[in-house]
Amino acid sequence: MRAEGLFKVFGRGGSQAVEQLRKGTARTDLADGITAAVIDASFEVKKGEIFVVMGLSGSGKSTLIRMLNGLHPATAGSVTIGDDSITDVSASKLRDIRRHRISMVFQHFALLPHRTVIDNVAYGLEIQGMGKDERIARARKVTEIVGLAGWEEKHPSELSGGMQQRVGLARALAADTDVLLMDEAFSALDPLIRREMQDQLLELQETLGKTIVFITHDLNEAMYIGDRIAVMRDGRIVQIGAPEDILTNPANDYVEQFVQDVDRTKVLTAESVMRKPRAVIHENDGPTGALSMMRDEQLSAAYVIKRDRTIVGWVRDRDVLDLVRKGEKSIRSAIQADHGAVDKDTSLADLLIPSLEAALPLAVKDDRDRLVGVIPRVTLLATLGGEPEAAAQATHRPDPLPTEVVDRALDNAGKENA
Amino acid sequence: MEIRMPLGDWIAAFFDWVEETMSGFFEALRQLFIWMFDAVDWIFATPPWWAVIVAVVIFALLARGWRFAVSTALGLLFIVSVDQWENAVDSLALVIVAAFLAVVISIPLGIWAARNSTVSKILKPIMDFLQTLPAFVYLVPALALFRIGVAPGIIATLIFAMAPGVRLTELGIRSVDKEVVEAGEAFGATPGRILRQIQIPLAMPSIMAGINQIIMLSLSMVVIAGLVGAGGLGGDVAQAISALNVGLGFEAGLSVVVLAIILDRFTASFGQGMGLYASFASARKARREAAEQAKFDAEAAAQTEADQLIAAGARRAPR
Repeated sequence: MRAEGLFKVFGRGGSQAVEQLRKGTARTDLADGITAAVIDASFEVKKGEIFVVMGLSGSGKSTLIRMLNGLHPATAGSVTIGDDSITDVSASKLRDIRRHRISMVFQHFALLPHRTVIDNVAYGLEIQGMGKDERIARARKVTEIVGLAGWEEKHPSELSGGMQQRVGLARALAADTDVLLMDEAFSALDPLIRREMQDQLLELQETLGKTIVFITHDLNEAMYIGDRIAVMRDGRIVQIGAPEDILTNPANDYVEQFVQDVDRTKVLTAESVMRKPRAVIHENDGPTGALSMMRDEQLSAAYVIKRDRTIVGWVRDRDVLDLVRKGEKSIRSAIQADHGAVDKDTSLADLLIPSLEAALPLAVKDDRDRLVGVIPRVTLLATLGGEPEAAAQATHRPDPLPTEVVDRALDNAGKENA
Repeated sequence: MEIRMPLGDWIAAFFDWVEETMSGFFEALRQLFIWMFDAVDWIFATPPWWAVIVAVVIFALLARGWRFAVSTALGLLFIVSVDQWENAVDSLALVIVAAFLAVVISIPLGIWAARNSTVSKILKPIMDFLQTLPAFVYLVPALALFRIGVAPGIIATLIFAMAPGVRLTELGIRSVDKEVVEAGEAFGATPGRILRQIQIPLAMPSIMAGINQIIMLSLSMVVIAGLVGAGGLGGDVAQAISALNVGLGFEAGLSVVVLAIILDRFTASFGQGMGLYASFASARKARREAAEQAKFDAEAAAQTEADQLIAAGARRAPR
């Protein structure tokens, strides 16, 4: 799905206003009675992607999503889904596209209150002209998928908000279109239910692989479900990027200010904060080599990997020292298997406790158990503080004085006093 | 200096012209109204009064329940006991015909106005005009065009009573949740389908309120129509005024009140889920739901059983 140079201007003389906007007139300088809701929006949504459009109310995001299925005709610009154009088509062709290629979930559910759940779910199929038995059978399947089995014959007013939105989602899924538009679909729900619905959407998306355009004003929601995010402000798209890009490289002050309040621990993953391990030991290395390397790098422990970088475990310097004293040729007997490596997709929030429990910087592995990086505690703290670079300036904590030195000094002082 | 605009002359000339050029049309309309009135009147006037009362009471029971049925029976017996039954039946027939025509005209107009702002802008002042012009004033041209009898009564009533039907239909359709209409559009429904399946069903309470208003206004106008020889209760009221007959005036007037209350309660109960009919309907719905649910459960059980059999087969297979 692709949108190019979309403009939506409400009021008379729309096309003139578009010309003015293209020449760089500010949207506040347009004639009275003319409102530019969407200005020069271009983006492409890839197949099977969740594309989130994020902005505060009045930023034009609801207008934008309604232009994608022609509920609001574009003043200028074009929208195409696959080979079908949405802009510049006859009303009947547009209806045909809406029936078969693009469906929508609404903020306030927009269910038909006089119909039962199953008839609501089957609504899109009914419009497609499917026979009654077939559409009811299909609607029943989708109703079950969204977890509403047993509620088929109820009316929407008998359902809670979360369940009503499941009906809305089921109605859109039942129509079996490639593209799904979701207009603030979860915004009217309680936070707990919202979270549940987000999880369910992601779970469904795993199997369905729809192309989803999701509108929200909630940045945390955008970061959580979006593969890519477009940030809108005053009708313009100010940045498009992956959630981590937007968080770490905001395009301007506005986006930066916006992302300030985001819970970084939920968005950033182990992969995005990990560092290159200072030194690793191969399992075939001898104790002498291993010990001298640990001395050079001033490490008290190190991870042990195979030749293909698969993580095996870790060793402590004293254990290796023992092996050297005993004259062993291999370090294998000193390897401890409980390396506690975390997956590279783990969110920061889930790293804190493992990091606390690990004896050395937390190991990060990929999906084939290969060591790809480590996360020292200082790096984790610096990232949580919003300045990952600060880790480099971390002040080294001086080692405490050796006990015997202190004892001697205290003893001497005692004698002098006496 | 005196300014006198000959507006009256112009309007009189206009109606004279209408009468001359379209007398055939109005005569046909007159015949149609008289025929409709006679048909409805025949239905109520032919059976004996007690049979009609029994039928109405049964409907009352179905529509609202026993309390309404009892008061309807008492009210109708009161009308019979003051010897106004025939008049009441005539008035009722007039109300039914006029209100039916008003509904048939005003609801489509209301729908059209809801979908087209220009139509709405044109209709609004016309409706204001129709509603505020004193009711008696309609009677004069109606008499000129339709001659004395029930026909001018029906046309005056219909014009007078139409406005709330148009207004409440338009309001009802315009206030249907915009998002639900958008949902219809987003799934590719045609405008006609959106109207049929979404807008009209959701605007129904408002449309029913409009129909109720039409019937009540019709009744009030029907009494006035008695002045032009439409007969019925209005005829006796008019007679009581001219003869200063207090007794007759009250007998006919109270009969109007009874008729009005019964009609109002009847129309207000439509679609409200009251009375025996509603309980029959909900019982039927509950039975159907239970049957459907039982069907799924049976299917689901059969499915699980089949799955278990397959699983059991798979477990046994290696041996």
